[in-house]
Amino acid sequence: MEKTALDIDKKIYTINVYSENIAGLLNKITNIFTRRQLNIETLSVSASSIEGIHKYTITTVTDEATVDKVTRQMEKIIDVLQAHYYLDDEIIYQEIALYKVPTDELLNGPGIEQLVRKHNARIMEVNRTFTVIELTGHPEDTEALYAELSEIGLYQFVRSGRIAITKSPVERLSNFLANIKKIADKRND
Amino acid sequence: MGKEIIKGSEALMRSLIHEGVDCIFGYPGGAIMPVYDSLMDHTDTLHHILVRHEQGAVHAAQGYARTSGRVGTCIVTSGPGATNAITGIGDAMLDSTPLVVITGQVASSLLGSDAFQEIDVVSITQPISKWSYQIRHASDIAWAVARAFYIAGTGRPGPVVLDFAKNAQIEMTEYEPFNIEFIRGYNPWPSISEESVQEAAKIINAARKPFAVVGQGVELAGANAELLALIEKADIPVGRTLLGLSALPSGHPLNKGMLGMHGNLGPNVKTNECDVLIAIGMRFDDRVTGDLKTYAKQAKVIHFDIDPAEIGKNVKPTVAVIGNCKLTLPAVTALVEKNNHREWIDSFIPSEVKEHDLVIHSELYPEQGPITMGEVVSKVTEATRDHAVLVTDVGQNQMIAARYFRFTEPRSVVTSGGLGTMGFGLPAAIGATFGAPDRTVCLFCGDGGLQMTIQELGTILESGAPVKIILLNNSYLGMVRQWQELFFNKRYSCTPMINPDFGKIAEAYNIPSRRLHLREELEDAIREMLTTDGPFLLEVGVVKESNVFPMAPAGQDVSVMMFDC
Repeated sequence: MEKTALDIDKKIYTINVYSENIAGLLNKITNIFTRRQLNIETLSVSASSIEGIHKYTITTVTDEATVDKVTRQMEKIIDVLQAHYYLDDEIIYQEIALYKVPTDELLNGPGIEQLVRKHNARIMEVNRTFTVIELTGHPEDTEALYAELSEIGLYQFVRSGRIAITKSPVERLSNFLANIKKIADKRND
Repeated sequence: MGKEIIKGSEALMRSLIHEGVDCIFGYPGGAIMPVYDSLMDHTDTLHHILVRHEQGAVHAAQGYARTSGRVGTCIVTSGPGATNAITGIGDAMLDSTPLVVITGQVASSLLGSDAFQEIDVVSITQPISKWSYQIRHASDIAWAVARAFYIAGTGRPGPVVLDFAKNAQIEMTEYEPFNIEFIRGYNPWPSISEESVQEAAKIINAARKPFAVVGQGVELAGANAELLALIEKADIPVGRTLLGLSALPSGHPLNKGMLGMHGNLGPNVKTNECDVLIAIGMRFDDRVTGDLKTYAKQAKVIHFDIDPAEIGKNVKPTVAVIGNCKLTLPAVTALVEKNNHREWIDSFIPSEVKEHDLVIHSELYPEQGPITMGEVVSKVTEATRDHAVLVTDVGQNQMIAARYFRFTEPRSVVTSGGLGTMGFGLPAAIGATFGAPDRTVCLFCGDGGLQMTIQELGTILESGAPVKIILLNNSYLGMVRQWQELFFNKRYSCTPMINPDFGKIAEAYNIPSRRLHLREELEDAIREMLTTDGPFLLEVGVVKESNVFPMAPAGQDVSVMMFDC
């Protein structure tokens, strides 16, 4: 299928969202995508390094104008502290994949050592029926191993959402929190 | 002083009183009964208006909020009580109306069990409210209510939902009044960028053909005087949105009329001729802009708004001045030079003449045939010396009222703009009489919309709310019929109405009424309506198949308007 001009402008954006740890916020954040018929490619939520603040890492394929509007809508949600979007070259990102393969087939196939070395994978579990392999990397990496293991036979394959850290020397959340503290102190005076 | 130990429902009452609530619109039911029980102990401070349907409670609270500038408060029960309130909550969200809607909920122990009248109100209301929160413990009440009122009323206002589990209403709790003045993840006072203020002033100073488009943000900020100061100093003509109609007195020489689909020709044409478009507290709704690809493409755009998410949502501005326009407008005005744009302002005249000749004259001063909607609106506004509050329903009645009603005071328009909710008018008008008790409240509605919430006549019967109901009866769902005439080959599918005898209905509710269809009677009937104490229903039989013109068809260039079929 030929790509339209619109598709060409579309890229993978990684959105980092920081919020208070309050139930229901995830729903409000995903609603913003649903309304715009925008797909969430990956989503990962966890506590951040700062107590009481949760971090969401969301990837979506869209154009910059849309991702800009989407992050503004997120920041509008009460108790969302910050939302920023990044292109792949602005972040260090990883995802983790687990593969469950039949041990017999694995032993009969090309060298395990070669496979593990080539992909920099790890063996997590081996028993008579199956073996679990783990790989951390970019989607291309986990997909390449998936392709090879598919030939052997795969019982299960599972992949996490992306997690990402920015390359920028500016720590936006820390700056925000410092700033907000100043505003709070001023209001309390 | 030690904290008092009181019941949760009593803590709610104290919290509401602490927030300055004087008026509650509501309807009791199983899951909110402890609250209604406590309410009986506070009838001296909390005036409860019993509506006849929960949708009416929310619209009435909207009418109260829009006219008074305060947060409107509703109390309804769980399940159907809550779902009936949804339309009003959505309406308030789209029109930035500050509300706190308290819904009953089953006891926490029953949550998720599909208990009787249990519905997941927080999830349902999340996308259509500014904040929604479930109170599961009585100890949460003071905090949640303080937060609800703070969020509803500050920044860009909006509806907040508090889903109040029954166990929390009954539990005993320590209570002391709670104040919230700061929330880390919510900034209702965005700091003003000095750079944007300077850039905006620079662009306005260089403009030869500046045009301001003004919305409800000016009213919400109470920045009517600040708006005047800017436009008078820089001599800028103004177009107003439907919700911003009373942001500037109708008679002001710089007022050039209403924007958008059924607005005036001048402001729509000039939007596409100006060199600088100054948008103030408005959100470039599609009913204002028409096709964005043809909207003000020639102009530099300055967008004043308190909500950063509005910037660039529909129209990408050259400069965004984010902040409360009560502060940003004076900041820009201080840097703006006194100017004179006489020639540019006069260039609106040909459009005004054209519209007057083709539409306005025959709408307002017909010499024969049935009464038109326009002449009713015009005669009513005249009889109130332009001092009344205008409440409308939705449809032709709304557009004609918006076009021909005139305003001298701020906060004088209560209408459903964003959601376009038929049935909004009657309950909203009831609320408006409580929000602006010293003013005349005139409701214009159609025969369709009135019947959508006609049960609220019972609320008028009980409360005596002095609503002047002007029913423009054309026995059609007029606006849909108009579109069928224009775009569906005159196939009037399900738009003719078989109507009841509205006078008899009014009589059943003890509301005086008068019905007329003769032009000679109109002025006398309006006089009778306005001089009658309390509510009144004036039913006017108007032209059956009339159209609101001019009209910029949906999704097309807003500066190209139709004047006939």
